[in-house]
Amino acid sequence: MGMNSFQLLNGLTFAALLFIVASGFTLIFGLLRIVNLAHGALYLLGGYLGYSTAIATGSFALGVLAAMLGVALVGLLLDQTLLRFVRGHELRQVLLSLGVALVLNDLALVVWGGDSFTVPTPDLLQGAVPVLDTFYPKYRLFVLATGVVTFIALWLLLNRTRLGALIRAGVDDAEMVEASGVNIRRVFLATFVLGSALAGLGGVMGGAFLALYPSADAEILVFSLAVVVIGGRGSLEGAAIGAVLVGLLNTMGQVWFPELAYFVIFGPMAALLAFRPLGLLGRAV
Amino acid sequence: MLEVEDIHAYYGEAHVVQGASLQVAAGEVVALLGRNGMGKTTLIRALMGMAPPQLRSGKVRWNGTSLVGLRPNEIAARRIALVPQGRRLFASLTVVEHLTLLKPASANTGWTMQRVFGLFPRLAERRGHRGNQLSGGERQMLAIGRALMLDPELILMDEPSEGLAPAMVQRVEDVVLELKATGLAILMVEQNLYSALTTADRIYVMEAGRMVAETTGAAANANPELLHRHLGVT
Repeated sequence: MGMNSFQLLNGLTFAALLFIVASGFTLIFGLLRIVNLAHGALYLLGGYLGYSTAIATGSFALGVLAAMLGVALVGLLLDQTLLRFVRGHELRQVLLSLGVALVLNDLALVVWGGDSFTVPTPDLLQGAVPVLDTFYPKYRLFVLATGVVTFIALWLLLNRTRLGALIRAGVDDAEMVEASGVNIRRVFLATFVLGSALAGLGGVMGGAFLALYPSADAEILVFSLAVVVIGGRGSLEGAAIGAVLVGLLNTMGQVWFPELAYFVIFGPMAALLAFRPLGLLGRAV
Repeated sequence: MLEVEDIHAYYGEAHVVQGASLQVAAGEVVALLGRNGMGKTTLIRALMGMAPPQLRSGKVRWNGTSLVGLRPNEIAARRIALVPQGRRLFASLTVVEHLTLLKPASANTGWTMQRVFGLFPRLAERRGHRGNQLSGGERQMLAIGRALMLDPELILMDEPSEGLAPAMVQRVEDVVLELKATGLAILMVEQNLYSALTTADRIYVMEAGRMVAETTGAAANANPELLHRHLGVT
């Protein structure tokens, strides 16, 4: 009972999407110490913004751009207006982000209604190409490539730039970053905006093959949470490993035990946490 | 010049610093002695603007302006640097990254990475290592180097000799004297009386949240009994 190449590719492309969404989630979680429960809503909002822009302009690329910029702007406003009142109170931040998620979802329902949409993909990415021993949709391969490029770009940002060093230092010990003369709040803001833009990118990428509908945000949030918990808070490499594990487990679960699909992901996650409570690459701080 | 006047700092309801006052003049090395739990680290954290503790009353003036209510990065920008208890290096940053958080490696004014490497050649050999891959002595050197990159006029050092081998304790004492020779002021929390006697111009003894003795380093050296009584050293 093996997985065929088609299912393997399905798992990997889903993993790429999960990585794009969860990388932003883990950066925010690691540095700001908040589980941003609005991350799923930002994903969905990015999907809808990308959909509307792509329909209006006929350009998928403009849809991607609008989704990333639009959601980054929402992230900026969220950080500068609401979150600043609860700074340093972890529980309040989490509850606030849950409230924001509910409000964003209802607003999306007002604007886009309850129908399901699929972001139109460019002609270039339609159709299938032969891969291994099967034919596979070009668009999903494009998602896979985008996931890999996102990982490389984020890796370079975190490991080769001063902002990246500040983000990593902040994950280690934010108070000591401040005492070293850095305004950590600017680093928080940059991270929050970057993480939001990644949610927006995920929304438009995912919206073209998973469809957008009012509860899609909760589903992607649960998967992202699993990815971050498995990989370890704040770890980019952990998010990549976690995304591949969750993506493959999800596909395996759907193929072999459809009635237990969620258990196939969360069972191993619970077992992992019993032995590594901080996740695969998580570190105590 | 740092002037601390009658400050009260709390951890929740615990009144930890109860009216402490002290001064550090430009270029002066001042040691703050006291047994564990007497409020020394709390005092240092309060001076650096870190919360907790909560600073409820008292004055902290630095070259004439108040530091009360400023955030740690704003205090650091006024050229007060911290070498914290336990070093608190960044586990995922390399030695070079620790020293270039504020200034690029190419900076050539004030303290530079090369100048820190001149002071601690060992760090240059370890430039690519991460904070959690260094020995205890190397960690302390890097914590001091990181503080120096702020071009400080005053360094707050919380137990710089804690947990170090005797040779390294002596190296830290030498560095303190070298830095003093460049005009830097240092306020140093110490448990090690002999380290304090070697380096300090003046010594305060803190007990139960306030200063109970103040003496010059010279007087303490001439008559260590003065301090033994407060510190319980025999």
